Amino acid sequence: MAEASTAPLIALADIERVFHLGDSEVHALHRLDLQIEAGEYVAVMGPSGSGKSTLLNLLGLLDRPNAGTYRLEGRDVTTLSPEEQARVRSERIGFVFQSFHLVPRLTAAENIALPMTLAGIPPAQRAERVAQALKDYGLADRASHRPDELSGGQRQRVAIARATIMQPAVILADEPTGNLDRATGDEVVRLLEELNAQGVTLIVVTHDASLGSRARRQLQMEDGSLKRDSRCAPPT
Amino acid sequence: MRTPDLIRFARDAATGNPLRTVLLVLAMAIGVAAVVVLTALGDGARRYVINEFSAIGSNLVIVLPGRSQTGGFNPGNAITSTPRDLTVDDAEALQRAPAVRRVAPLAIGTSEISIGGRLREVMVAGTTSQFIEVRRMTLAQGRFLPADDWRRGASEAVIGAKIRDEMFGAEPALGKLVRIGDRRFRIVGVLAAGGQGLGMNTDELVIVPVSLAQAMFNSNTLFRILIEANSREAIEPAKAQVTEIIKVRHDGELDVTVITQDAVLATFDRLLGTLTLGVAGIAAISLAVAGILVMNVMLVSVTQRTAEIGLLKALGATGDTIRAAFLTEAGMLSLAGALLGYALGHAGAALIRHLYPAFPAWPPGWAVVAGLGTALVTGLLFGVLPARRAARLDPVQALSKR
Ligand SMILES: Nc1ncnc2c1ncn2[C@@H]1O[C@H](COP(=O)(O)OP(=O)(O)OP(=O)(O)O)[C@@H](O)[C@H]1O
Ligand SMILES: [Mg+2]
Repeated sequence: MAEASTAPLIALADIERVFHLGDSEVHALHRLDLQIEAGEYVAVMGPSGSGKSTLLNLLGLLDRPNAGTYRLEGRDVTTLSPEEQARVRSERIGFVFQSFHLVPRLTAAENIALPMTLAGIPPAQRAERVAQALKDYGLADRASHRPDELSGGQRQRVAIARATIMQPAVILADEPTGNLDRATGDEVVRLLEELNAQGVTLIVVTHDASLGSRARRQLQMEDGSLKRDSRCAPPT
Repeated sequence: MRTPDLIRFARDAATGNPLRTVLLVLAMAIGVAAVVVLTALGDGARRYVINEFSAIGSNLVIVLPGRSQTGGFNPGNAITSTPRDLTVDDAEALQRAPAVRRVAPLAIGTSEISIGGRLREVMVAGTTSQFIEVRRMTLAQGRFLPADDWRRGASEAVIGAKIRDEMFGAEPALGKLVRIGDRRFRIVGVLAAGGQGLGMNTDELVIVPVSLAQAMFNSNTLFRILIEANSREAIEPAKAQVTEIIKVRHDGELDVTVITQDAVLATFDRLLGTLTLGVAGIAAISLAVAGILVMNVMLVSVTQRTAEIGLLKALGATGDTIRAAFLTEAGMLSLAGALLGYALGHAGAALIRHLYPAFPAWPPGWAVVAGLGTALVTGLLFGVLPARRAARLDPVQALSKR
């Protein structure tokens, strides 16, 4: 189909995500339609509880919608088996979390290598890519440090290196600077934007308006729906 | 995930929480060590008894004076009363039985042996020339009693190795005259050291012709008649023939007990084998307890590592991978415990052997295999539930857990 080549990277149609809390239903996402092209830089903003994290989890195939379809690179991924979804996560999606989520007993290098280890990539190839990533993210002298021996900024850089090591199509970041001070936060954002400049689609959830305004496209969420979808000229 | 990576990951996870790991490994080790040591004790007892009996000769049929009440062997046989004497003539008559190869009458008593002022009490065995073959004993020096008339017998004696050492020291013993009781005997042979069997230590034995022993003890009856059958197959025929001959000689009354070494051995073998199985079973319970401990500790570990499991899923791990990781960890902990327990158990058995050299406390092969196998299987089996729980965790909720 010709559609596949022209299809957007992400296409959500009529997505519903309902949580049941006792008798009451919470519509975390309600009739959501969204398209994101490859290479975009999208900031997702909105008040607490508006469904930003739910949306990101759905995009990352960590969660399934109750209704609606999600096409990733033209392929309907909501109907995939858990194993196939895991494979998509492994190959196409990178996560960056607010609380870093590094494995405390593993060194920086081992944390970065983890997605490759899980995917069964041979050690030689892993070592080569990890060495490159450590260099790229200025962590070469921290390779054998454990997370508790690293600063917050260093930890988040390890997390970003880990998210990119499988060369994913899209990076999903939920409040990546939420646990960092201004200066280190800016540095982390710069790293993510560099990745975006290299063509990786970047979707960032943030409360921080100034951070959000750096993105070329802002999604404003409220009560599980898109309230506003605005684009601004790329910063020069 | 590649197998070496899986193993390294599981190992790191295990060593990441040393207290938990040490606890688990120890529990498993104690279980396996218990199996090894207890079965070593049980099987050692079995082997000890078997050795004792085997040492007295092979293809043996033994005639005891007195009728045993039960059909089979019972240890009380050794102290049954004697309604009619079991005589040297009885023993001599048994040589006619076709299935019988050798016959040795045995009269036992204690007496004193003295030479040149040195004096000690000894166990005296009165018998005949074939005793040495029937009992499979070996001589260190000289010869055994000559094959002459059972009712007369020359005044010659064969002494045990310890008697020789104590009475003669460095001097030669062969040819010397000694006094045993109120008679003088010439020493013609010395038994090889280390002879054992049926509670009789041949190192401290003095062997003289049966007629002289009976005169010494002033008694006509024999303690035993030892018979060697022609072959293993001839044991039962020999028993029947021996029983028949004695019955005829005792006016048709069967007032002796005829036992075969085989039957005795089989009884003890069965008895003590069951005992070993029993203690192995008891020890296995501690393994089951260890298995439950593995399960609980792994469940706690899954709870503690919920966020990590969520992360692994986000990074593309399938449920299978996570299950495999937790199962590998449970398996490794069990394996480490089993190996440690195996080593501890063997050390324990070695200690027992060191403290009681006569006691062959070797764990039987089947018990070691069963112990190790049970440890691994319980570890894995009880690891399945936690591993499945981990694999089924919802990644979003897992990730949000701190
Ligand atoms: N597992 C859940 N069970 C029940 N309700 C949930 C669950 N997860 C989210 N919700 C609800 O869904 C709504 C959206 O939650 P979500 O976490 O997406 O908000 P958010 O926009 O990320 O908020 P924040 O800025 O505070 O992170 C909220 O009302 C929340 O209470
Ligand atoms: Mg959120």
